[in-house]
Amino acid sequence: MSTTAARLPFAKSVASTSAAPLGPRLAGFARHLAAQVVPPAVVLIMILVIWEILCSRPGAGLPPPSRVLSDTWELIVHPFFDNGGTDKGLFWHISASLQRVALGYAIAAVVGIALGTLVGQSTWAMRGLDPIFQVLRTVPPLAWLPLALAAFRDGQPSAIFVIFITSVWPIIINTAVGIRNMPQDYRNVSAVLRLNGFEFFWKIMIPSAAPYIFTGLRIGIGLSWLAIVAAEMLIGGVGIGFFIWDAWNSSHISEIILALIYVGIIGFLLDRVVAAVAVYVTRGTSVQ
Amino acid sequence: MAYLDFSKVGISFTRGGRTSEVLREVDLGVEKGQYVSIIGHSGCGKSTLLNIVAGLLRASTGGVLLEGREVNSPGPERAVVFQNHSLLPWLTVRENVALAVDKVFAGRKSSAERRDWIDANLALVNMTHAADKRPAEISGGMKQRVGIARALAMEPKVLLLDEPFGALDALTRAHLQDQVMEIHTRLGNTIMMITHDVDEAVLLSDRIVMMTNGPSATIGEVLEVPLARPRRRLDLVEDPIYGHARAAVLEFLYARHAAPALAA
Repeated sequence: MSTTAARLPFAKSVASTSAAPLGPRLAGFARHLAAQVVPPAVVLIMILVIWEILCSRPGAGLPPPSRVLSDTWELIVHPFFDNGGTDKGLFWHISASLQRVALGYAIAAVVGIALGTLVGQSTWAMRGLDPIFQVLRTVPPLAWLPLALAAFRDGQPSAIFVIFITSVWPIIINTAVGIRNMPQDYRNVSAVLRLNGFEFFWKIMIPSAAPYIFTGLRIGIGLSWLAIVAAEMLIGGVGIGFFIWDAWNSSHISEIILALIYVGIIGFLLDRVVAAVAVYVTRGTSVQ
Repeated sequence: MAYLDFSKVGISFTRGGRTSEVLREVDLGVEKGQYVSIIGHSGCGKSTLLNIVAGLLRASTGGVLLEGREVNSPGPERAVVFQNHSLLPWLTVRENVALAVDKVFAGRKSSAERRDWIDANLALVNMTHAADKRPAEISGGMKQRVGIARALAMEPKVLLLDEPFGALDALTRAHLQDQVMEIHTRLGNTIMMITHDVDEAVLLSDRIVMMTNGPSATIGEVLEVPLARPRRRLDLVEDPIYGHARAAVLEFLYARHAAPALAA
């Protein structure tokens, strides 16, 4: 009820943007902002209060939010410190994790779109590859890690491989579905225009499948971020996953909670970034 | 030999070991600048015939000659306006036409000439005002006009229209029919149109090709429509030639070759 009451004047002020003076427009914008921000803020505060109450009792296993804040204040305000080795600020851990994800995910995007196009285009490639894909994609990401370590004999490429192998399947499968679902009309149009294979691929096939491809890319980025934390716990070195494992080994529960909040926020931002790229590239024809 | 010549065109499809003959021994000659409609009940293979001319399907027997050369692959000299417009949704109206113009006239026109040619074709169908809109933002009639502009922009020898107005409401359809007639008068294109609308066929065509029912459909009768051009919709209502042509087509479709479902 309060939401609609707050939204209506805003809608009205947009309709008469050119005529409305600045004051009411700003007020309208403020009301719109309040409608968006107030509900999540209220829920967040409620959760924090309940958490505070539950964990403030003597003998509680986890620290209350106030303790988390005081314990980790140094980490929050100094994200850039670097004492050598793995004793670095959270910025460096997150940046190391993001670099691994970026590399593994980029390879997965290129390979996934290429293989997906092949499978979507060719019935024989689909018959040959699809059963293999369907089996391999159910293998949990971390099950690949020992194999990768055996093959690469190093943690860094193994982590990147795990990201790749985790995120490549949804990209392949969605790309293939997108190519397969391309309307026959588009093939007819390109046949009448006598587009060559290269033009057909870039001007018709990829744009037509783009909404599907980006669905795969969005699922892929989410999965890679899920996998990197687990992989880093095992391979060690600098990275947010290792930071969490290290905090557990040193019984710094507050640091774990802080790291989880960062992981969640960054995962959310990654998803938003891919979604924004999708809207930009497909010019709004993609489902958001 | 006619400009566009069909000789003994037949086509069969084999699916799951069973062969069904869709068209048999279609013979037809279309002169340059003629407007020919193909009319028949659903499933009589009229779209199949159009697709053979377009080169999207290959005839099993016989063949189609355009200016004495055999048609065996799709190409811009036989541009198609598809029933469901087939515009690419990620491109604007202008970009849709530009895709065709840039491909067909690559190397023959400079980029400035191509741009003028795109503008000219959008103006021809009165779509200049929406040139930067995407297909999702314009009405069904407007999409079909862009489809016509795209096809005309290829400067085809034969313009193929596959039930171009089928999905439109009656008022929009009438408006678009008038536009197509005007373009035909002005440019003198050779046009082959699939339709199932008797009035549309009589109003627009020089000749109406009536198809028998499938399977193994063929041409039942060809009717000349000797109405003078330019034709005006309102004047024709009382015209005896129009009335006769209309009656002849109706008689063919509903008395002698009624729809299979109705005849059974």
